[in-house]
Amino acid sequence: MHEISLCEDVVQLIEAQAGVQGFRRVRTVRLEIGSLAGVEIEAMRFGFDAVARGSIADGASLEIIEVPGTAWCPHCRKQVGVELRFDACPDCGHQPLQLTAGDEMRILELEVE
Amino acid sequence: MMCTTCGCGEGETSIDGHHHHHDHPLPVAGRQATASRAPGLAQARMVRIEQDILSKNNGYAAANRRLLAGCGITALNLVSSPGSGKTTLLTRTLCDLKGEVPMAVVEGDQQTSRDAERIRATGVRAVQINTGKGCHLDAHMVGHALASLKPEANSLLFIENVGNLVCPAAFDLGEACKVAILWVTEGEDKPLKYPDMFAAAGLMLLNKIDLLPHLAFDVAQCIGYARRVNPGIQVLQVSAATGEGMDGWYRWLRETRRMTPAGLSEPAAA
Repeated sequence: MHEISLCEDVVQLIEAQAGVQGFRRVRTVRLEIGSLAGVEIEAMRFGFDAVARGSIADGASLEIIEVPGTAWCPHCRKQVGVELRFDACPDCGHQPLQLTAGDEMRILELEVE
Repeated sequence: MMCTTCGCGEGETSIDGHHHHHDHPLPVAGRQATASRAPGLAQARMVRIEQDILSKNNGYAAANRRLLAGCGITALNLVSSPGSGKTTLLTRTLCDLKGEVPMAVVEGDQQTSRDAERIRATGVRAVQINTGKGCHLDAHMVGHALASLKPEANSLLFIENVGNLVCPAAFDLGEACKVAILWVTEGEDKPLKYPDMFAAAGLMLLNKIDLLPHLAFDVAQCIGYARRVNPGIQVLQVSAATGEGMDGWYRWLRETRRMTPAGLSEPAAA
């Protein structure tokens, strides 16, 4: 459910940038969302259209780059893929691993005019 | 209605019945435009932003944390699923510690001020945030609540979050520690099912342990699951109804408060 408030934060961060970077309309918003960030991508897409209405990003298309979960296994001394935040190493079973990617929630860039 | 603290207008959220909105101009931290033009689109250009989506909330949380630190206030963010007995645990705590330490409460619920009224009945000051459609408290709402509550210097501040084990995990409010409350009918594997919350919490209170004789709840397994997602989490077993284990919780509160440096001033109004 918190996807709506994340969308509100995205729109407000964009509006704060509009004055600084000198744009009046946003065509595309590109986000980076990790698969372990606890964000439902479909809910984010659904929420964004509704939240952006009437804002500088009204009608903008939302592109979401999904970042797979990756962690460092100190035992195998290598990066391994993880599906859950607290997964054990898929190769040696070691736990805990050090998460290196997959919890991102960032606005990367905008296509503006 | 216009808010007198920061001039924000009307919105979904209300504090003690007064509406608040989230449209503050924010300090802008992004990078300058790269101004690379996309081919075929005469006016269009790309701008790099590279900002964390939670940066707005985190900015407000940092401001709350500075305000609280300046006043020596220890703030705890109480999180759980609905029905875990947060408010009962809190009212008992307030009654038992009232003569020992100044306390105040921020109550978060989607609707009604019933919880704040239960808190006020103990004689402790409380402010109610209604989140409307929102499923969690955010740092901006809490900032407003602090301005209206004005908790005493060197007090204990309890922030009772909306009953929800998912969303509040991501939103820092400026607290010293998150306390996750789990009760014994919920199933031992809650920490595995909602790992983000138990990973974010410093303490897990296993509540309503007076019911254990009637249930097939494996306490050791539950604690094991909590430690699997958060090896450093402390666990205390309590019953707010019978008072069992509450002394351990009070010792934890005193210790956590002792680690908060004493503040010099009362909180400012804004």
